Amino acid sequence: METMNVQEHWQNMALDQVPLALAGHEVPWVREARLAAFERFAARGFPTRRDEAWKYTDLSILAKRASFAPDNIPPDAPSEAALNAWMLSRQNVHLMVFVNGHYSPELSYPRNLGPGVQLESLAGMLDENAQLPPELFDAVHEHTVLDALNTAFTTDGAVLRLAPGTRLKTPVYLLYIASGYGVSIYPRNIILAGEGAEATVIEHYMGTLDAHNFTDAVTQLELASGVTIDHCKLVQEGSAAFHIAGVHARQKAGSRFVSHSFALGGKLVRNDITSSLDGPDCDCRMNGLYLLNGRQQADHHTCIDHQAPRGTSRECYRGVLDGASRGVFDGKVIVRPGAEKTDAHQSNRNLLLSRQAEVDTKPQLEIYADEVKCTHGATVGQLDEDSLFYMQSRGIDAETARSLLVYGFLNDVIERVPVSELRSRIVDMVLDRLPQGESIKELL
Amino acid sequence: MLSIRNLHASRDGKEILRGIDLDIQAGEVHAIMGPNGSGKSTLAQVIAGQPGYQITEGEVAYLGQDLMELSPEERAREGIFLGFQYPVEIPGVSIAMFLKTSLNAIRRQQGLPEVDAMEFLSLVREKMKLMQMNEAFLTRAVNEGFSGGEKKRNEVLQLAMLEPRLAILDETDSGLDIDALEVVANGINGLRSAGRAIVLVTHYQRLLNYIKPDVVHVLAQGRILKSGGPELALELEQRGYGWVEQESKAVAA
Amino acid sequence: MDAANRQLDELISRDYQHGFYTELESDTVPLGLNEDIIRLISAKKHEPEFMLEWRLQAYRHWLTLSEPHWAHIHYQPIDYQDIAYYSAPKSGKDGPQSLAEVDPELLRTYEKLGIPLKEQEMLAGVAVDAVFDSVSVATTFKDKLADLGIIFCPFSEAVQKYPDLVRTYLGTVVPFTDNFYACLNSAVFSDGSFCYIPPGVRCPMELSTYFRINAKNTGQFERTLIIADKDAYVSYLEGCTAPMRDEHQLHAAVVELIALEDAQIKYSTVQNWYPGDKEGRGGIYNFVTKRGDCRGARSHISWTQVETGSAITWKYPSVILRGDESFGEFYSVALTNHHQQADTGTKMIHVGRNTRSTVISKGISAGLGQNAYRGLIKVLASADGARNYTQCDSLLLGHRCGAHTFPYIEVKNPDAQVEHEASTSRIGEDQLFYCTQRGISPEDAVSMIVSGFCKAVFKELPMEFAVEAQKLLGVSLEGGTG
Ligand SMILES: Nc1ncnc2c1ncn2[C@@H]1O[C@H](COP(=O)(O)OP(=O)(O)OP(=O)(O)O)[C@@H](O)[C@H]1O
Ligand SMILES: [Mg+2]
Repeated sequence: METMNVQEHWQNMALDQVPLALAGHEVPWVREARLAAFERFAARGFPTRRDEAWKYTDLSILAKRASFAPDNIPPDAPSEAALNAWMLSRQNVHLMVFVNGHYSPELSYPRNLGPGVQLESLAGMLDENAQLPPELFDAVHEHTVLDALNTAFTTDGAVLRLAPGTRLKTPVYLLYIASGYGVSIYPRNIILAGEGAEATVIEHYMGTLDAHNFTDAVTQLELASGVTIDHCKLVQEGSAAFHIAGVHARQKAGSRFVSHSFALGGKLVRNDITSSLDGPDCDCRMNGLYLLNGRQQADHHTCIDHQAPRGTSRECYRGVLDGASRGVFDGKVIVRPGAEKTDAHQSNRNLLLSRQAEVDTKPQLEIYADEVKCTHGATVGQLDEDSLFYMQSRGIDAETARSLLVYGFLNDVIERVPVSELRSRIVDMVLDRLPQGESIKELL
Repeated sequence: MLSIRNLHASRDGKEILRGIDLDIQAGEVHAIMGPNGSGKSTLAQVIAGQPGYQITEGEVAYLGQDLMELSPEERAREGIFLGFQYPVEIPGVSIAMFLKTSLNAIRRQQGLPEVDAMEFLSLVREKMKLMQMNEAFLTRAVNEGFSGGEKKRNEVLQLAMLEPRLAILDETDSGLDIDALEVVANGINGLRSAGRAIVLVTHYQRLLNYIKPDVVHVLAQGRILKSGGPELALELEQRGYGWVEQESKAVAA
Repeated sequence: MDAANRQLDELISRDYQHGFYTELESDTVPLGLNEDIIRLISAKKHEPEFMLEWRLQAYRHWLTLSEPHWAHIHYQPIDYQDIAYYSAPKSGKDGPQSLAEVDPELLRTYEKLGIPLKEQEMLAGVAVDAVFDSVSVATTFKDKLADLGIIFCPFSEAVQKYPDLVRTYLGTVVPFTDNFYACLNSAVFSDGSFCYIPPGVRCPMELSTYFRINAKNTGQFERTLIIADKDAYVSYLEGCTAPMRDEHQLHAAVVELIALEDAQIKYSTVQNWYPGDKEGRGGIYNFVTKRGDCRGARSHISWTQVETGSAITWKYPSVILRGDESFGEFYSVALTNHHQQADTGTKMIHVGRNTRSTVISKGISAGLGQNAYRGLIKVLASADGARNYTQCDSLLLGHRCGAHTFPYIEVKNPDAQVEHEASTSRIGEDQLFYCTQRGISPEDAVSMIVSGFCKAVFKELPMEFAVEAQKLLGVSLEGGTG
């Protein structure tokens, strides 16, 4: 596609799709925000590999899709049996289910939320012009052009609001189901946590079929001072699906943001996970894991932006690449002028299990303050021969030993997840893909 | 030689020393004992001029001058030596280079000619023999990868090289094996002289068997609660610190 | 820490020691670039036809390129028509034939730089090819080297005397299509050094080139080509200085190294181009393409650089590890102060089996200096058993400087092991206190700690250079005890 007519191309292709009767279309600011966001998207179109941030991830196939319009008709609900198989848990969670980007009240059990907690559907709030900060849809919060596309097209999502001091013991569980063929889905989640509030939020993306579905999700988290949020994301999309998402946190003084990202399904998963540590004494943790096979690709771009003094960040990403899969990690830590006494550590480790697999990793430090302690490390390699030998000398067969080592390598990240149902789901998925996984399950 | 009056010092807003009074004369050996966290290292570091502490009250005079006016290197050049409880690693800087720079800086202050490489080597070799240290240490980076005991020996080697007027040794005996303790103690004893004062911060009577102190102090909760002769150390070994604290509470009440 | 800052400021804000300008009559071509200028340069150098053709091809390709802007550096656009592409000290003949013929004024310049050419012969051990502005003025030790079959001469001489060698190897590591600056260099390069070590020969002395930009408004575009034939060994040193000027000057060199089977090339640079003044006026733009090709099995190329000068440094000495079991190394110290910017690092491209590479990078930022490490470790599918270890550390000495690390790691072979570690910190207060407690001044303590920080790189430098490098960092390593 010529650069000259990128804009024209997108204008033609999708202008008629924007004014669709999407959520909030009768509210002027919502309509304007959507149009403006679409303009921003159209001005640049999909990124190409010439863009540094997309050097290793090719969206040209995606860009050729016939339609990007969101699926605007709520589809039929999946069967009870299917739902039960997918769902991590119905108990012990506040459940919201979205099918093809639309909230399904029948399938959801938000439960007793208790005082100070509001958990609602974004569509409803936009339609009613409920008090949502409009600036959340501004360009300044966009990190990629796909964030803009999400603003233009989002149909629904979850809005969680916590009054100051509320501690939500039970996790909020957001389940997104993609059903059908060639569907485009634009979930938008907003989490606004008042001072000292605490919560755990799980986003779980399930794809049913080998259908060319496209998910473009955005989650925004605003952490007031002293807030603690654990954000867990599990991508378990169908094997032909494109999943592109932004998770963007902004942290006020003394807050703690923990992100857990698991890329286990989908043809292409791209997560841009960012946190801006705006206030002093913030803590930010980013954990991630990708276990890929076939022609899968997972690309994590993270950015931890230390803007204020005494911030701490810890990042730990692990990848295992088999088949002809490709793992990409691009992690940036920025320490701005004045962010003295920042303590940042980042690590990305990868295991390559096959001749066709590839790893591209790019851990970056950008430091403009002097009283800091920042380190990062990245490795690509194989299983440790000594450990293998040690296990074999204890009578464990080579295949099981290998699987155990891979499991141990990944479990380091899995262990950090605060929700046991999610942990065991991930462990199961990991072991299902490893030879002799069944026998290891018995050991657990 | 050293006279401390009502010294209060704090770190990061937390008061650690709460009114220390201490007088040390040339030729004396003082031992400072006390429970963990009582402020012994703090006192030593403050005397050496560690910039992280705030002096909130009191004064310290050394050879008639106000010590607080001097920078750490000026204090060192005036003859104050601190043997660190936790000696610091300096990657890439060899002991030889470090010690030679240090020795010459101090000699310059004393109006002595600087030593050249040859003189330095023969001097340091002699002292290393005394400390039973392998010469291979000379080319190793300062404290990098040293075992706990090796670090302590390195501190005493520096002490022997620099021949200070006032040596404060903060738990230099911890982490040493039995033989090393004797070597180190001999090293320190060799430095005892009429013009020199030595302060030993220690938890163990063992060291004091080798180096007999003139005065023993008990430091607890940032104050010197009791001072006495060498027999006090023996009593502490048997009875612990509790009774001293009880006693001083009773006095206060 | 303030004392430390002050110290470092003093250290590095000391006036540039090599900032004198030599009054020489020079032969400079008109400003600007076009095919005629290239023909003129080629004619002045009596080049064979193939050379001119190559230059013109490069020039035509250059016209289709635009300046790269991805490096982490910022600068005013360069006006390529406002540069003189050729400047030679004028002396009656076409070029001096021996030291005796070299302009005495020029020789004094070298003396001021600390490389008295005449003394070089006695010093034994370093054969110097000095490049002054654009031409090679004198090469010492030629005869001694010739006995061994070693060719070490100005590039322009090699083009005439050894056209076949030049033709065989020129542009085979850095083709003119490689990048904007390399392409420009290919079109206009005026001189440089050429070196060929025949099979089985171990070059008995360090070979050295000294670069200096003297004339105003000139760019320096030298080109160095070093070939170590089978089982040969050579260690090569390069030093650089330039006078102080208010305007920026461009230095766009190309260095190509070729190591055949079992050969080893060690290439060391101490770059001390004029960095500009405290306000960031003037200084050299150092945009250099350096690449080595480990073409033969078990060949070994190592780059060592100490970069303290230049307003902007943009350079990534690289190694293509083509031969099985070949080995590439990169050791770097880069110091930026005031408004200096450095974007430097390396590329290690693993092609052959069991290839290894080691990267050690030490960045020191002070003042408003910005220091970036940018590196690529690429393991191709063919590189079974490839190993890389990278360590890059940054030391910060001020509140307004920056240290950045941008490593790219691309691995397509499951049998490879790549390890990258990086750290950024400032000088530890506990380290400083430990030193000052031993009577060492804060100034010396900082020097000492900085030099300790760089030790892993300095130890790779030949002795003479190590000393100069230490001096450049303001470190006095008295006596031989270190
Ligand atoms: N930076 C700091 N902030 C707060 N408290 C500190 C700091 N540094 C030291 N302290 C506290 O000051 C007290 C005195 O410490 P100090 O090291 O002087 O003890 P000590 O008597 O040497 O103990 P030990 O016998 O274990 O060596 C301790 O309670 C310690 O935790
Ligand atoms: Mg102590």
